[in-house]
Amino acid sequence: MQTIHLQWIDYTVLIAYVAFVIGIGWMLARYMKTSADFLTSARSIPTWVTGLAFISANLGALELVGMAASGAKYGISTAHFYWVGAIPAMIFLAVFMMPFYYGSKARSVPEYLNMRFDGRVRLLNSGAFAIMTIFASGISMNALAKLLANLLPWKLDFTVWGLHFQSYDAYLWISSGVVLLYVLKGGLTSAIYTEVLQFFMIVLGFAPVVYLGMKDVGGWHAMNTSLQTVAVNPAALYLKDAGTTYATNAWTSAWQPVLAGSEHNPMGVDWFAMIFGLGFVLSFGYWCTNFLVVQRAMAAKNMTAARNTPLVASVPKMFFPFLVIVPGMIAAALCTMPDKGYRIPPPIISEATYAKAVDVLKGANPADGAGAVKLVGDTLGKKVDAARINSLIAANAANKLSDVQIKQGIYNSVAENDYDGVILSLVKKYCPPGLLGLALTALLASFMSGMAGNVTAFNTVFTYDIYQAFLAPGKSDKHYFLTGKVITIVGILLSILAAYFASMFNNCMDIIQLVFGFVNAPLFATFLLGMFWKRTTATGAFVGLFGGILSSALFHALTTTSANLDAAGHAVNMAKGGYLHVVQVFPSEMAQNFWLAAFAFIACFIFTAGLSVLTARTKSDADLKGLVYSLTPRTVDHDLPVWQRPGVLGTILLIVCIILNFLFW
Amino acid sequence: MGLDIRWPIGLMFTLIGILLAGYGVVNAADSKSLGININLIWGAVLLVFGVLMVAGAMGGQKKP
Repeated sequence: MQTIHLQWIDYTVLIAYVAFVIGIGWMLARYMKTSADFLTSARSIPTWVTGLAFISANLGALELVGMAASGAKYGISTAHFYWVGAIPAMIFLAVFMMPFYYGSKARSVPEYLNMRFDGRVRLLNSGAFAIMTIFASGISMNALAKLLANLLPWKLDFTVWGLHFQSYDAYLWISSGVVLLYVLKGGLTSAIYTEVLQFFMIVLGFAPVVYLGMKDVGGWHAMNTSLQTVAVNPAALYLKDAGTTYATNAWTSAWQPVLAGSEHNPMGVDWFAMIFGLGFVLSFGYWCTNFLVVQRAMAAKNMTAARNTPLVASVPKMFFPFLVIVPGMIAAALCTMPDKGYRIPPPIISEATYAKAVDVLKGANPADGAGAVKLVGDTLGKKVDAARINSLIAANAANKLSDVQIKQGIYNSVAENDYDGVILSLVKKYCPPGLLGLALTALLASFMSGMAGNVTAFNTVFTYDIYQAFLAPGKSDKHYFLTGKVITIVGILLSILAAYFASMFNNCMDIIQLVFGFVNAPLFATFLLGMFWKRTTATGAFVGLFGGILSSALFHALTTTSANLDAAGHAVNMAKGGYLHVVQVFPSEMAQNFWLAAFAFIACFIFTAGLSVLTARTKSDADLKGLVYSLTPRTVDHDLPVWQRPGVLGTILLIVCIILNFLFW
Repeated sequence: MGLDIRWPIGLMFTLIGILLAGYGVVNAADSKSLGININLIWGAVLLVFGVLMVAGAMGGQKKP
């Protein structure tokens, strides 16, 4: 029930995809002549390609899996991550910030910071980014290898030289090897081209799944009606604890449940945290400063192309909710329809454990219902639905059931959900061989693309902002070109290491991602002040950013979620915060996250602005020309046709985004 | 940059489209989902998409 059986046609599709991506790398190799070609694509890529790569670099497999998971958990409100948490920031980047990134001729975001401030800010940003992007790559590859190991029937288990190898290792190294092949040959351009390929794979691979799911559930209106029953009693689907209830529109309306307050929506957030924390701080902090995406815009062939890149990207981004979030909503709706025989998959439990549970159930005493339920639950190590277990025992007593039937019954009674398994469960349910290969290849493509994107961003930042800037300046371009190639290999190896780390230390990864959150939260304040206020000084920016990061950590140490409190009001799990003292309790981790971002942004803003006033400027107005808004001539768009002007396009896109928000009000 | 991206995209989807549609024709029974021969239909869609991409790439080559 957990493995998928692939036919030759599915493997053929996969092999075709792998052959093409490696082929792309090989064909691009002949055009790689300078380090600029290899690391930054030397500003040669057309707008539609950079636009799709921009959005694709962000659309990793974790997002595909995660958005479907959130669609089931929260309904259409998940779309806020797109309509509030992405589009406005992308438009702002395109219209107001790209002129500085592109016009400064900086080859990376840290290089812009060096031009605007000084080497300390550059090092802080490049160092943090390099580490974060390698971990992001590792997390992606770990998830991929785990997925393949759980999914594919090919098992591997041997020991050589004292090292134990399993299928996980094979999948990790082989996938990494494929990525290495095409990135080593074609550099950033390879990564960009395969990201565009991945974009089409995802759209064309998942659209049929969404279509079939919609058809099965009876259409949009039928799905929403089912979701109303879910909203009133989410505990029936094990979505929330028993007794929790929401208004009928909690899964089908994006804004009303949020405006009603944090107790009235399944996410547990209030409107201020949503708009300021997510919509402004986190969103702008990511889209406007993260080099992984900005690098794709910087590769565009001219200033207009660079400014239009995020705008082009925002079009598919706006409509992605229908591709990635709706499957989750379909899954939740299907659970309310007993004749469909579907449930959100339970956490992965080994066959051996299921077999033990089957035996326990067969030997259970029908008279002692509660005892039997506890026994089965303990064997599985998960919560179970008492009513279902009892009816299963009764059915077995009345009419001896087969082991397979009992196992199916136990599977259906596990009262916990593995939301990350939703998208795969839908793929399994609706895809015949052939289409199955396409959908799985699309998923694989996005994992590998995530690694490629992160490694190419790491490569550019390490080679230019750490190696060339501090370790070995003044060498020939050939030297840096070679360095770029070496760092590609190093980046992949480090990602593999990070993947192993992630697989072994699950809880550590949560802490690491927490720290990344601390680093990202204040970032936008630094850029905002740097780009729009010429008085911001380097010392102000450096101390401000540092102070912002510390503020994030402090905020986290003083707050936690209501689920993390013990009877005495102390925090239980350190990783969830509140370990110094609990000053504020939040209804959900998401709410805590959004408020932390808001707090860190404000702290960084005040520190940076305050210290800038107190310290002397190190750069004159002439130095800052082209780097700050007030010292840069306004980009003249009059010679462009109206439909190519970033200002016009940005406004239109913003209006469309607002309309979408209203439609799902 | 030298290689027009529409070539590999177009060729790949044309190939996959032919594979899926072909499977859908030869193995219609296995290709059904909710009563539709999805392999054949979607394979055809991919094929058209691939051909359009290749056509775009060929058109691009004519420019001096």
